[in-house]
Amino acid sequence: MTARAAIAIGCSAGGLVALERLLPGLDPRLPVPIVVCCHTGSPDVGLLVELLGRHSVLPVKEAHEREAADPGTVHVAPSGYHLLVESNFHFSLSVDAKVAYARPSIDVLFETAAAAWRERLVAVLMTGANSDGAQGLKAVRDTGGYAIVQDPSTAEADVMPRAGLDIAGADACLPLDAIAAALNRLCMS
Amino acid sequence: MDVEDIEIQLFVQAMRLRHGHDFSEYAPASLKRRVQQLVRTHESGTVVRLVDRILHEEGFLPRVIEGLSVPVSEMFRDPAVFRSLRDKVLPVLASYPEINIWQAGCAHGQEVYSLAILLEEAGLYERSRIYATDFNDAALAVAAEGIYATREARVWSRNYIEAGGSHSFSDYYSARYDFIKLDQRLRRNVTFLNHNLVTDEVFCEAHLILCRNVLIYFSNALQDRTLGLFRDSLVRGGFLCLGTRENIDFSPAASCFTHIDGALRIYQLGGSGAKALKK
Ligand SMILES: C[S@@+](CC[C@H](N)C(=O)[O-])C[C@H]1O[C@@H](n2cnc3c(N)ncnc32)[C@H](O)[C@@H]1O
Repeated sequence: MTARAAIAIGCSAGGLVALERLLPGLDPRLPVPIVVCCHTGSPDVGLLVELLGRHSVLPVKEAHEREAADPGTVHVAPSGYHLLVESNFHFSLSVDAKVAYARPSIDVLFETAAAAWRERLVAVLMTGANSDGAQGLKAVRDTGGYAIVQDPSTAEADVMPRAGLDIAGADACLPLDAIAAALNRLCMS
Repeated sequence: MDVEDIEIQLFVQAMRLRHGHDFSEYAPASLKRRVQQLVRTHESGTVVRLVDRILHEEGFLPRVIEGLSVPVSEMFRDPAVFRSLRDKVLPVLASYPEINIWQAGCAHGQEVYSLAILLEEAGLYERSRIYATDFNDAALAVAAEGIYATREARVWSRNYIEAGGSHSFSDYYSARYDFIKLDQRLRRNVTFLNHNLVTDEVFCEAHLILCRNVLIYFSNALQDRTLGLFRDSLVRGGFLCLGTRENIDFSPAASCFTHIDGALRIYQLGGSGAKALKK
């Protein structure tokens, strides 16, 4: 089995609560970076980072441009910028037009992360009230990455996971509470 | 290597060899997305077909530049930055008999008018000159006109207030149907110029340089070169304002700038090392 090298997570409406439940379940020895794009609508992602930090077993920080995606760290996309992953696994930012009405856009993160990590990426699309992330998830699967979609019936808002399933399908469709264990399994073997 | 990545390299080569536009030091992930967008806009199917037009089609270049430039902006974007410029930077600039400001990568001019309003309200506009530059001529033309969609004015009006504006934002524009037109008196001391940060040199002596959300598209090496250009353009003690999420930790040239307001990316040329570097 391919050793997975990175996790990318996308969510929107209901995302904070979903992440607060997912992050505590991750293995503290997880040897891969976790990159999160969560639409918050707030001009500063600082509060989200702080709230997630209280629940997470791994350190949570805002993703900085030009810095490397560190293993064992949760990097959160800043508000108002698209977060991109370069082929050397460093982050870059852009203020290009919104994609699927969103900036940061999950599509942009997933597509660039897929181009960088290819079949070693695991992408997770969770609760949300719009269809951002579905195209990105397709790019992840097209390059051989592993796609997890939150079971829409366990999502606070099911539009996003449904769009993901419609457009990209998934390697696993899991209830929220089973996602962390799946990630540990995929990335620790 | 992925076929599309090969095509992107051909695209970059064609732009450089055929037109002297060098995108080889742009951050690859964004550049790739923009080229893909160009392929869609021009319905050319593949990047290589786009390259064909770049090489052979008279008059195609400006449209490619437009596609690669993505001049997205806002008035008083990040209001706290403009408040800090008003409170901390303008009072220092007030001590100069003439004030030169360089706004690099001015896009559609939203920040040019924002600056002009700040200077006007501080009573400094008469002795100021703003050089507003970009490498996209079409964007410069839009900037000079100062016409924007009305739906944006609501956000901008809020930004203006949060930035500490002392009037009503609507004092500065006239509204017509779906558009607002900024008061053209605001550009009486503005010079719009085509300037390419990759290839062009110092052209003025500036007291303040604003270059927000442009360097984020540059590699570390090009970011460093550009910061060197800014250093050489600024008077000693001059100010530099970058986008709020820019990271200059990897640039040797950045060492001659000191923080005025670190979180807001406002710097001053000075501190140790600065004297030796500046003639
Ligand atoms: C995202 S806009 C920034 C607008 C504004 N400063 C802001 O932050 O709202 C980036 C601008 O930089 C310009 N730009 C990109 N590369 C450039 C270069 N090499 N020389 C001059 N301008 C450039 C683009 O044309 C575009 O208008």
